[in-house]
Amino acid sequence: MKRRTTLDSNPGAKLIDAFLPASAAGIFELLSPVAPGWGATLLVGLLHSLEIAIGATCLGLLIGTAGAFGKLYGGPVTRDLLAVYTTVVRAVPELVLILLLYYAGTDLINQVLAAMGYSRVDISGLAAGIFVLGFVQGAYSTEVIRGAILAIPQGQIEAARAYGMPPGLMLRRITIPAMLPFAIPGLANLWLIATKDTALLAVVGFFELTLATRQAAGVTKAYLLFYVAAGVLYLAVTLFSNLIIGRVEAWSRRGMPSVKEAR
Amino acid sequence: MSVADAAPVQSGKAQSAAAEAIHVENLHKKFGQLHVLKGVSLSARDGEVVAIIGGSGSGKSTLLRCINCLENPTSGVIRVNGEEIKLKADSHGHTVPADRRQIERIRSRLGMVFQNFNLWSHMTLIENVIEVPVHVLGVKRDEAIAQAEKLLARVGLAEKRDVYPAFLSGGQQQRAAIARALAINPRVMLFDEPTSALDPELVGEVLKVIGDLAREGRTMVLVTHEMKFAREVATHVVYLYNGLVEEEGPPEQLFGAPKSERLKQFLRNVG
Repeated sequence: MKRRTTLDSNPGAKLIDAFLPASAAGIFELLSPVAPGWGATLLVGLLHSLEIAIGATCLGLLIGTAGAFGKLYGGPVTRDLLAVYTTVVRAVPELVLILLLYYAGTDLINQVLAAMGYSRVDISGLAAGIFVLGFVQGAYSTEVIRGAILAIPQGQIEAARAYGMPPGLMLRRITIPAMLPFAIPGLANLWLIATKDTALLAVVGFFELTLATRQAAGVTKAYLLFYVAAGVLYLAVTLFSNLIIGRVEAWSRRGMPSVKEAR
Repeated sequence: MSVADAAPVQSGKAQSAAAEAIHVENLHKKFGQLHVLKGVSLSARDGEVVAIIGGSGSGKSTLLRCINCLENPTSGVIRVNGEEIKLKADSHGHTVPADRRQIERIRSRLGMVFQNFNLWSHMTLIENVIEVPVHVLGVKRDEAIAQAEKLLARVGLAEKRDVYPAFLSGGQQQRAAIARALAINPRVMLFDEPTSALDPELVGEVLKVIGDLAREGRTMVLVTHEMKFAREVATHVVYLYNGLVEEEGPPEQLFGAPKSERLKQFLRNVG
């Protein structure tokens, strides 16, 4: 009987130990943003993650918009090249692409520089990360935006043509605002995926939230505490994003009747 | 070009005193194997209201849409206010406008009204009406708004200026689309079956607005299924059959004493 109790309580005690290496006070000390705590490390990691995610999403939107228009209105060569791009990027696991583009990409740039007689450069992790994830995001964005453009009632584009709008003006004033309601749910997905894909950059040694967490946990041995803390930070980013995305989506749908009323 | 400038070069008939706003000559249009227009000519002088009638598939909408190159004609000549639209063959052998700026300039002076209204859904009515004047024609925003308010009042939509199109009836949307067309101060208005997508009880309000415009001397080309209306407002009626002009003339003649058997048949069917 006594033996059983020990067996029962032991795993629980271990769990509590993992969570609370010292005490409640210890948690605050570990997560504190000042010196002995690791809070500041996590926040710097989060900041870097967000920088990458924002940069990659912006780059992805640029590539995606150009890619969607190229696929819809471009010549046969443009369309074929874009088809290869979106197919390959979406087929290969992102981790593989990151390793490939990061190592092979920086190597290639340095070889080109060396061949041209320049000295090697260190490519910043931030720039490389934004480029790699942005390149991946661009492929997915291309398809999301292409679908959204196809969903625009064609009459609205035709009206813009019939009134003599030049292509650039039509894009800015009609096509982009009209496609937004159809693009935002998909693009919001891509943004949330981008925030989490930043964690993949830990494998190439970029100091983002996941790597920061691994360091903090490794040093203090408080694994559960720090990984849960990281999870909470990712969740907070998502919740805040949802708030903003909800407003943007409502604004983009300003000219559309509520779907509920049509039920 | 003003009426006075054109007068000396015109000859003979009373109507030719006015300049030719739209001139279409020997127009052909093929969609792949389908030969939709087989050499159609059409002319609209300043102040004229030309009604194009015909059965389904006769090519009447295609003809109208070729005037501003929404459809590119396969061959033929199109002149708007005396200026010929430059066409060229692209790499696939399709005929396309040769000069993008020219076609944009010409289009910005042709007020088109569509069967399905085609208002921009992300803009309120007033934004729809000022869009082209402000962004294409370079009118100052305040002036455009003042003018747009007058036009919306004219089509009976003054109090709907800040409403989005999706929240309005079809008749209201089509009247707003007419205000949008008027806002560019068009040389010619092009109507592509403007009442075909409307519920029967909403047709009247739209026809009244178009009729008023016709009576004040607007130049118009109108594709319509409303024979009674065409007879009332048109100065010239063109009956298309199978991609060709089967019969044309003043409305009294076409509706009162049609010569063509096909037109008689058509009028019996729609009447």
